[in-house]
Amino acid sequence: MTVKVLNQGLLTSIQDLGRYGSQKYGVIVSGAMDKYSLRVANLLVGNNENEGALEVTLLGTSLQFEKDMLIAITGGDLLASIDGEKAPTWRPILVRKGSVLQFKSPLKGCRAYVAFAGGIAVQEVMGSKSTYLRAGIGGFKGRALQKDDVITCSEMNEFSTLLFNKLNKRNGSFRWTVNYDVLINLQQTQTIRVIRGTEFDRFDEKSKRTLFNEPYTLTTQADRMGYRMEGPPLSLAKEFELLSEGVTHGTIQVPPNGNPIILMADRQTTGGYPKIAQIISADLPSMGQLQPTAKIHFKEISHEEAEIELLKKEQIINEIKTGIRFKGLYI
Amino acid sequence: MSHCFTEVIMKPLGDSALIVQLGEGISPSIHQKVQALSMLLNTYPFDGFIESVPAFNNITIHYDPVLVHHTQLNNLANNQSSLTSFQIVCSNINELIQQIDDTQKVEARLVEIPVLYGGEYGPDLDDVAAYHKISPEDVIRIHTQSDCLVYMLGFAPGFPFMGGMDERISTPRRETPRLSIAPGSVGIAGKQTGVYPLETPGGWQIIGRTPLDLFRPDLSPPTLLQAGDKIKFVQISPEEYHSYKEMKR
Repeated sequence: MTVKVLNQGLLTSIQDLGRYGSQKYGVIVSGAMDKYSLRVANLLVGNNENEGALEVTLLGTSLQFEKDMLIAITGGDLLASIDGEKAPTWRPILVRKGSVLQFKSPLKGCRAYVAFAGGIAVQEVMGSKSTYLRAGIGGFKGRALQKDDVITCSEMNEFSTLLFNKLNKRNGSFRWTVNYDVLINLQQTQTIRVIRGTEFDRFDEKSKRTLFNEPYTLTTQADRMGYRMEGPPLSLAKEFELLSEGVTHGTIQVPPNGNPIILMADRQTTGGYPKIAQIISADLPSMGQLQPTAKIHFKEISHEEAEIELLKKEQIINEIKTGIRFKGLYI
Repeated sequence: MSHCFTEVIMKPLGDSALIVQLGEGISPSIHQKVQALSMLLNTYPFDGFIESVPAFNNITIHYDPVLVHHTQLNNLANNQSSLTSFQIVCSNINELIQQIDDTQKVEARLVEIPVLYGGEYGPDLDDVAAYHKISPEDVIRIHTQSDCLVYMLGFAPGFPFMGGMDERISTPRRETPRLSIAPGSVGIAGKQTGVYPLETPGGWQIIGRTPLDLFRPDLSPPTLLQAGDKIKFVQISPEEYHSYKEMKR
């Protein structure tokens, strides 16, 4: 089962939930910018949630299916169409041999995910199918997809086959969809929850208040590695030298110019700038859906609340998982 | 046994990681503790442990708070848990720290890095020599006589943060960083020396190049150097450099 790339669009790459276990060697984690959408896309076609899928950025990507296939499209609404008709999203769909899937322009959000039943047949590198663009490893030949690339998919499992056969009989898609707005927020002005960073207390009083009172805007220097933000500059109470140490997804660090940088999926493993705050894990997928010019209000919550918010989201994913199983089997 | 660990601080790095601070500044003795705790974590990982990243005087520990939470629920028959995942992870790490035995040193590997100094592969060698008013040969001699220690890897895969370079050749970074530095380039920035594993932009003073691959994703471990390694730079001739390159093919 193969898919041909007719147009690579702005940036389309294979991502899974990330490459863990090698950060001590300086190998970055990578993985989907919006992990909840990736997980749901995989679940919708009966895959393991950690399977590799395509991450499509903003617009331009176009794919042709060389066989009848079971797929799911989730994430941002990039006006996906199949053979010119609006494509159903957040549900399993059957695409016919020769059909063309196209992403026209971002209506809501920034990144869409396309999962294929059976998963993408590429070799795992250091335990992951994620593309590490800078080092040229993982994913499809270590790089972003290009026109005329052909992606091969693996054999479907039993549940995927069952979904495929049901859809084949009904000739299309199911009526049910996953309600995504309990998982991610696709608005381009939103409140993002943070907890204090390891160097929060090193900032001056004004900066500590400003961070939570003034909005910050995503500049055009925003990619998979990180987002440079613009807003009232933040400054330390007193200069000090920080040695390089571990950072993570959602770390908000402040270089000497005072404009915060938010570290995203392709962040380096370590950094030497003071960390004023840390975005909670439950809000990171929504962050992955922001476009340049998006406005963020940071809201402080406690560490304990951050854990509770994450557990709530996991509960929702579990319900979605059970729901898909049930509907797939009985509806 | 662990009498000298009163200074341990654990700071949350968000809700899925924490930093365990084992001392202040850069010194081989704190580094020993970092190495010891890294080894213990990898030998006795707690439920929910993902990975650890050693730095100069601390370790970042990445964990899955959901898994930590569920493990706790499973272990408690009556479900009356009141600990947060962070508290559970801290207590797990504290137990490991108690096991660190200061008298037992982790054996360091000695790795020799062959370097072709100067010329087109080391375009800043003459500048570094001029900065210190010594000859390029002196720079090479001092660089090869330094006993370096890899404290941590970061910035790029396989990039070593090293200490121990002889301070007589400490040189500030270039005023204008280069847009592209070839893989294998050996450089100096302030008191540090290092080797670039991938082609990247950078402002280090480049004094030579090694024919070795620092990042080799097909092998395990994927990097030539690891935290804790002792490094010795060895001068090689252009012929030796090219025969190393030939050997790799």
